[in-house]
Amino acid sequence: MPKKPVIYALCPDPEAAQRAVEGLRRAGIEARNIAVVSSEPFEGYEFSRRDHQTPMPWLAALGGVVGGTSGYFLAAMTQRSYPLPTGNMPIVALWPTGVIVYEMTMLGAILVTLFTMFISARLPNWRAQLYDPAVSDGMILVGATNLSQASRIEANRVLGEAAGGQVKEVGL
Amino acid sequence: MVMNRDDIARLNEDLLRPLFRTSGRFYWAALILALIVIVALAAWGYQLWAGFGVAGLNRPVYWAFYITNFVFWIGISHAGTLISAILRLANARWRRPVTRCAEVITVFALMIGASFPVIHLGRPWLAFWLFPYPSERRIWPNFRSPLVWDFFAITTYLTGSTTFLLLPIIPDWALVRDKAKGWRRKLYSVLALGWRGTPRQWSRLETAMHIMAVAIIPVAVSVHTIVSWDFAMAPVPMRHSTVFGPYFVAGAIFSGIAALILAMAILRKVLHLEDYLTPLHFDNLGKLLLMMSLFWLYFIVAERLTVWYGNETSEMAVYWPTQRGPFAPLYWTMIGCNFLVPFIILSIKQLRTVAGTVVASSTIVVGMWIERFLIIVPPLERKYLPFAWGTYHPRPVEIIITAGTFAAMALLYLLFVKFVPIISIWELKAGVRQESVVPIPASLLRAPDLIESPSPSGLTRGPAGFSREVS
Repeated sequence: MPKKPVIYALCPDPEAAQRAVEGLRRAGIEARNIAVVSSEPFEGYEFSRRDHQTPMPWLAALGGVVGGTSGYFLAAMTQRSYPLPTGNMPIVALWPTGVIVYEMTMLGAILVTLFTMFISARLPNWRAQLYDPAVSDGMILVGATNLSQASRIEANRVLGEAAGGQVKEVGL
Repeated sequence: MVMNRDDIARLNEDLLRPLFRTSGRFYWAALILALIVIVALAAWGYQLWAGFGVAGLNRPVYWAFYITNFVFWIGISHAGTLISAILRLANARWRRPVTRCAEVITVFALMIGASFPVIHLGRPWLAFWLFPYPSERRIWPNFRSPLVWDFFAITTYLTGSTTFLLLPIIPDWALVRDKAKGWRRKLYSVLALGWRGTPRQWSRLETAMHIMAVAIIPVAVSVHTIVSWDFAMAPVPMRHSTVFGPYFVAGAIFSGIAALILAMAILRKVLHLEDYLTPLHFDNLGKLLLMMSLFWLYFIVAERLTVWYGNETSEMAVYWPTQRGPFAPLYWTMIGCNFLVPFIILSIKQLRTVAGTVVASSTIVVGMWIERFLIIVPPLERKYLPFAWGTYHPRPVEIIITAGTFAAMALLYLLFVKFVPIISIWELKAGVRQESVVPIPASLLRAPDLIESPSPSGLTRGPAGFSREVS
């Protein structure tokens, strides 16, 4: 399969990265074809707000419900299946079962949060991706993919201005 | 201050140095600690081979050193995740260099603590009988037993703490991947899971960490409450107390902070992290420690005063030996270690230095171990009927295994520091940047449609956070 050309620039600061992103948008490049990669989160900047919406908290709550329900059935069914002598006290006692339900609720929420984080962040992913090790030195990579010939020229110009000249092109 | 590229390079260099450069001292330290651990494992092997009698446990004292260590290490585990989660939710800015040092303690202390019930078993190869699994021999665990609750609580806390520790390490492993060469590059490429640092990845990571921080606090509280119920649920004198849950939680946080200060001081000295783990961190943790010392004293007084006032025969038989009997030296050492010394040092600002907090923390760690011992052994020695009373003396096997767990903790920490940046680099960078930016109130924000428009300053004008650089 032929490699798709991708152009990117390394911006020295988040302001330059924001300018680059806005310039690419003005050049008609769709948001989903603009990539930003950084070594830290930049919460105050619009480019970092992309893909911000996530159902993770709701899924965590759902995981808690599933975990708690599983905990109840584990404790209750076990105690009913193998009843111990309780001296006329309830076989499925409230407090002990409550402790198990509580712990399993939290475990369910934690595990679902973990899995949701990995799936929605698309990890692990060891295939070749748009990246430059200079990101680790504090540079912010702004790139554009799926470009037409016209938008490629415009993207080159915008990225060059934002990054102070140097624009790189790679195939992915 | 805004970090420029030189600052970032220096920060990367300082915090990645322990991963890339190994001194002879590291090998010596690892060797000595490993030897102590091997001796401890040999002692455990001897106990398995010769039988439990070599441990000094005998009627009526069947819980002693091992269970003391279990409670002690579970308490130490409260250093990390709980404190880190509270500071994270409170958005305490000074937390950033501290959190990972603390979270590591949690994971390793939990692992060590959880191993003690197994060491305590006469036949540890049957430990799986404690697990909830179907059995045709009808040996399902008794869900009414706090020991089974322990299994669930510790499993949940260990899972949560490990997740809480590992998730923010992924971006730092990506950084190591970029800086490493040879086999290290291959190793960290795998460990980094292909992390790049896209806005989506950062957003998901921060959301996950926020949820984890919210979830882990009640779990941490429940773990030590349930550990306290191992004792409080049984009608044993001086144990069957409603105050035990919060008393244990407070004690756990207390000893946890002390352990954290000791770990930070050692890291600061050995890894030359003076610019990152500053006196401010020790001062702030020292204040927390002082508060917890007072809390601890409050619980001790509340518990002891109630017992003394009640004057019940069975309880007084346990009470007086700890106040002026054979356990009195330990009891008053505990009071000195947990209250007198820390209170004097930590309440005087001039003494609340790095050295001062280390001295206070050292006495607290000793004092809290003694406290666990005094909760466990005296009530068993003098439980109800005098004809069943007995005495307990620790045997060499127990002392060696106990020493071995401290060496194991140090060894695990040492190895961790060799493979993971002990200070979260990306969080530190983000913290420095956030402190250099003054947020503009939301009321001054314009409509979100400005997101698309170019801005002269180059900064976002979206509703997310209008920012202005001030330096």
